[in-house]
Amino acid sequence: MIEERFDAIVVGAGMAGNAAALTMAKRGMKVLQLERGEYPGSKNVQGAILYADMMEKLVPEFREEAPLERHLIEQRFWMMDDRSHVGMHYRSEDFNEERPNRYTIIRAQFDKWFSSKVREAGATVLCETTVTELVRDERERIVGVRTDRRDGEIHADVVVLAEGVNGLLGTRAGLRARPRPDNVALAVKEMHFLPRETIEARFNLKGDEGVVIEAAGTISRGMTGMGFIYANKECISLGIGCLVADFQRTGQTPYGLLDQFKRHPSVAPLIAGSEVKEYSAHLIPEGGYKSIPQLYGEGWVVVGDAAQLNNAIHREGSNLAMTSGRIAAEAIDLVKSRGEPMSATNLAIYKKMLDDSFVIKDLKKYKDLPPLMHTHSQNFFLTYPQLISKAMQNFVRVDGTPKAEKEKATLKSFAKARSWTGLFGDAYRFARAWR
Amino acid sequence: MNVEPPVRVEDKLYYNRYLVDIGHPHVKVRAHTTPSPQLLALLKVCPARCYELNDDGQVEITVDGCIECGTCRVIAEPTGDIEWSHPRGGYGVLFKFG
Ligand SMILES: Cc1cc2nc3c(=O)[nH]c(=O)nc-3n(C[C@H](O)[C@H](O)[C@H](O)COP(=O)(O)OP(=O)(O)OC[C@H]3O[C@@H](n4cnc5c(N)ncnc54)[C@H](O)[C@@H]3O)c2cc1C
Ligand code: SF4
Repeated sequence: MIEERFDAIVVGAGMAGNAAALTMAKRGMKVLQLERGEYPGSKNVQGAILYADMMEKLVPEFREEAPLERHLIEQRFWMMDDRSHVGMHYRSEDFNEERPNRYTIIRAQFDKWFSSKVREAGATVLCETTVTELVRDERERIVGVRTDRRDGEIHADVVVLAEGVNGLLGTRAGLRARPRPDNVALAVKEMHFLPRETIEARFNLKGDEGVVIEAAGTISRGMTGMGFIYANKECISLGIGCLVADFQRTGQTPYGLLDQFKRHPSVAPLIAGSEVKEYSAHLIPEGGYKSIPQLYGEGWVVVGDAAQLNNAIHREGSNLAMTSGRIAAEAIDLVKSRGEPMSATNLAIYKKMLDDSFVIKDLKKYKDLPPLMHTHSQNFFLTYPQLISKAMQNFVRVDGTPKAEKEKATLKSFAKARSWTGLFGDAYRFARAWR
Repeated sequence: MNVEPPVRVEDKLYYNRYLVDIGHPHVKVRAHTTPSPQLLALLKVCPARCYELNDDGQVEITVDGCIECGTCRVIAEPTGDIEWSHPRGGYGVLFKFG
């Protein structure tokens, strides 16, 4: 049993936990961080795009120190049917800037580095330690944790739950519900290794420039889902994810989808000849604003994926995790500096500060999109991609058909598939949810 | 429908590193005679294909290849069909890249 008492215990050494532990340790608090993996990052899966702005707020010099892959100069969106894709690419020399805005990273390596900063700041980090239970006092306040390592309990004034999307501890302690099949997506991912020059040639890159591709369409077979292809220095991250409820309903297999995505004629040449070195899977919170649980209570706060703080529309998660971790730490420091107890009333300041940040503002903006995408998945992920692909082919193929007739055929195909009211309804619903 | 080559999940798992906690499976299936729809769904949805039907038509799990995604918990813990925990500290899958 650890007799020592801590100002704060942080459960988890992912993006949210590291941000919280770093911020509190830097402010002189006595912090214990517990991580179940062999090293921080060994359990974590991400695409992964790192957003520099949020990282800079934590470690201003990260560009010189952190293991970064490529800075992104190009973003591609692909709408796919079985044999084609319609793409929108945005590439700009402006992204070749002194302090680039987005990078690809490899989470296991990045988290290890991030954790070294947490230790440097003075926190105690214990890996290979699974927290099994939260400890309450006679007044039902959370006062510490139990782990599978040591007998007895470890005590602290406040517990920061940064335990990721599964959030087992919080669920078991009745602080929030278990994630529901319609609120989380299952993503599977592979790491494809290729020589650096090959990646640069295939993706039209030089030096450390990078590109990411986000793909949707028939690749998810009518389920709510997306594929991704991200260029790292010497490997390509490739994966696909769909709502768990859709997998459950359709009986599709995640590896079946992944392999079909890899065989797509637009994808296969990009990874041809690669050596696969890892196969991983992870859940992604997709419920958005409406699924955010209670964020604080007597002696505890919850941050990151465990609180469903994930913007699935923009594929942002790690930055919301980092920001919520940092803000929770700042709130805790504020309560502590006033010499007040870590009660629910005092910790409510965390929610207030988070509400004022981009984290909650962005999630609120899209609060109606996840349900819309989920209930209309057939249209958005199957019918429209097929129609748009056909329309494009009709547009570019030169076969002697007069242009006016081509246009008519395209319009007719849309109306036939979805009816005019259906089309306008979808457009209206989408526009409203986007606003 | 086009016929797809079968995906060999075992080959995919072979890329990964694991430290198996022998004798301490972190996911357990409740004993049953006829599997529930939730349990049957796991045969397909588990990305590591840890769930299989035995000769008597019951769902069994072998956790050695589990990649700890939590999908089976989301589907089958509410019905009491499975018990799901994290592996003990340090055990389970060890991602080199993630
Ligand atoms: C395939 C995929 C692609 C993604 N792409 C992007 C992207 O490009 N950009 C982006 O910003 N976001 C992306 N995300 C989302 C992003 O990965 C998450 O939002 C982010 O990792 C959340 O951070 P977190 O700290 O809350 O959780 P995690 O990073 O999951 O960390 C939780 C930590 O807690 C530990 N833990 C859990 N329970 C216990 C316990 N009981 N005891 C001890 N330790 C415990 C875990 O081992 C883990 O280290 C992606 C996610 C996936 C799955
Ligand atoms: S946690 Fe994921 S990989 Fe492990 S058994 Fe459950 S569904 Fe399969």
